[in-house]
Amino acid sequence: MAVLVVAEHDNASVKDATNKTITAALALSSDVDVLVAGLGAGAAAASAAGIAGVRKVLHAEGDAFDQGVAEAVEGLVVPLMANYDAVLFAATATGKNAAPRIAAALDVSPISEIQEVVNATTFVRPIYAGNALETIETSDAKKVITVRTTAFAAAGAGGSAAVETVTAGAPSAAVTFKGAEIVKSDRPELAGAKRVVSGGRAMGSADEFHNVIEPLADKLGAAVGASRAAVDAGYAPNDYQVGQTGKVVAPELYVAVGISGAIQHLAGMKDSKVIVAINKDADAPIFAIADYGLVADYKSAVPELMGELAKAGL
Amino acid sequence: MKVLVPVKRVIDYNVKVRVKPDQTGVDLANVKMSMNPFCEIAVEEAVRLKEKGVATEIVAVSIGPQQAQETIRTALAMGADRGILIQTDDDLEPLAVAKLLKAVIGEEAPELVLMGKQAIDGDNNATGQMMAALLGWPQATFASKVEVADGKATVTREIDGGLQTLEVALPAIVTADLRLNEPRYASLPNIMKAKKKPIDVKSTSDYGVDVSPRLKVLKVTEPPKRAGGIKVESAEQLVGKLKEAGVL
Ligand SMILES: Cc1cc2nc3c(=O)[nH]c(=O)nc-3n(C[C@H](O)[C@H](O)[C@H](O)COP(=O)(O)OP(=O)(O)OC[C@H]3O[C@@H](n4cnc5c(N)ncnc54)[C@H](O)[C@@H]3O)c2cc1C
Ligand SMILES: Cc1cc2nc3c(=O)[nH]c(=O)nc-3n(C[C@H](O)[C@H](O)[C@H](O)COP(=O)(O)OP(=O)(O)OC[C@H]3O[C@@H](n4cnc5c(N)ncnc54)[C@H](O)[C@@H]3O)c2cc1C
Repeated sequence: MAVLVVAEHDNASVKDATNKTITAALALSSDVDVLVAGLGAGAAAASAAGIAGVRKVLHAEGDAFDQGVAEAVEGLVVPLMANYDAVLFAATATGKNAAPRIAAALDVSPISEIQEVVNATTFVRPIYAGNALETIETSDAKKVITVRTTAFAAAGAGGSAAVETVTAGAPSAAVTFKGAEIVKSDRPELAGAKRVVSGGRAMGSADEFHNVIEPLADKLGAAVGASRAAVDAGYAPNDYQVGQTGKVVAPELYVAVGISGAIQHLAGMKDSKVIVAINKDADAPIFAIADYGLVADYKSAVPELMGELAKAGL
Repeated sequence: MKVLVPVKRVIDYNVKVRVKPDQTGVDLANVKMSMNPFCEIAVEEAVRLKEKGVATEIVAVSIGPQQAQETIRTALAMGADRGILIQTDDDLEPLAVAKLLKAVIGEEAPELVLMGKQAIDGDNNATGQMMAALLGWPQATFASKVEVADGKATVTREIDGGLQTLEVALPAIVTADLRLNEPRYASLPNIMKAKKKPIDVKSTSDYGVDVSPRLKVLKVTEPPKRAGGIKVESAEQLVGKLKEAGVL
């Protein structure tokens, strides 16, 4: 069985989410190829070739790939599927945008956000905000899968695969890229970060979020996350949202400040290794899953924590 | 311009989901069901387009059991004009849902389909993208802003790392993210009016599409429970515990 992994990358190298997706792919088959499509993505293709277990890298160039346009990815991947039994994407915004489209074009049922490969046809995936896990078996000849990356370790270095160029057809005339606003940040990427500090509605303003959550995150070398309530209120950008309908994270340390712990939020962080909650309400549901709960007003607790972390040499 | 809005009846987002002891699924007996929150956002956006004079007719479609009529009534009370229920007690996969909706689109010929990005039960986040592929239409998923003019929709999308803007030629599929709008509550007079709006009831066999499942649910289980931890008294104690746990 041959498996294709569609890589996410920043032109220089493939993203951590893709290394994790490759691990899931290797659980299906040892014949794993990686597709790197982008604009000026040669270095990323070379980096994919260096990942352990990769058999071959396919490299395609085009504007629309750089912009993650699903129609373009469909046009590229669907013909390639003549040579593959399965195609895997990371369950990121980009992967979720393209994978179902490709599945429909191949007349197969997509399998979303797998967290375990039981065997080549059977997978475990969360439903109902992770309150239930379903084990499903597919009868489709070709499989289109997105992978919950927090459930898989990243494939490491040590490969030396060949890179092959593939050509893409003409892009769809029905879609025009108009622009993007990507927030540049020196902080680690939320989805793959080892530590995450998230703020909730308690912050009360964007300034407060900026003055309280961000310094704590920086002290810990952490990514910044937020609850939906904080995002809806405009305290934090949309893509900071952690939860059922935002990003799923599983860092070694997750610090929730002024977040109540609604099931939709827990769905996105309950697999973190160590959870810390700071909340002034001793009955907040977040304490039911937190390893360490501090019942306190964040206004005093966060500065104290900053001081203690400094004493500890951070 | 006609707008089609697929709406799904799901377990209410406030309900604590329980897995059945026989592992065949989750217990849906006697639990509160509501319109999927993302579908509400899609209906709201369609109604706003109508209020702006951009949309002329809004058709709400649901595929589900007889009670999915209530979901359609909710859409009608929010401002949709008429409904179509494809009645089935089967659990349809997104592929089957997409094929049925494609058939409805063939009959209704809408210029825009506005729908949720994700249903909060299956959490697949798939149906819109699949319909777009089956129809050969452009898609703009995870929309946080939609502007429709001159046969085009300009859509701001929530993507990893920020926002992206795409212009798609109509007809197109747009799926709604959380920040697109805040859905209204239907007023009592509008709820009364909605009772008189027409709902066409169909069956899956009316459309001649293959809805047979491709996936077999072998079992549904509860995720491992996370044991609660301890309360610490101070930031100092917290840092001590984090050091012990080896995460600092
Ligand atoms: C379809 C749908 C999808 C959703 N998806 C998500 C999702 O992906 N992610 C998500 O997070 N939510 C999601 N939600 C929303 C979720 O249900 C909650 O509304 C949200 O998580 C609440 O955010 P919060 O905890 O910041 O706010 P609140 O629930 O208002 O909690 C604020 C907390 O701050 C505490 N507090 C207040 N002041 C202080 C202080 N001075 N010091 C310390 N603590 C203080 C309070 O005790 C309280 O516990 C979704 C909802 C729906 C319907
Ligand atoms: C009683 C019952 C039990 C079920 N149990 C399971 C189960 O255990 N495992 C399982 O995989 N599936 C189950 N399903 C089916 C599953 O919930 C979904 O209907 C199906 O997988 C579609 O995926 P989704 O809802 O996650 O779609 P998504 O792609 O997440 O939905 C996105 C959007 O598509 C539209 N849409 C989706 N479905 C419909 C619809 N029926 N009518 C109108 N518009 C729609 C809506 O606009 C929605 O916002 C069950 C369904 C029912 C009714």
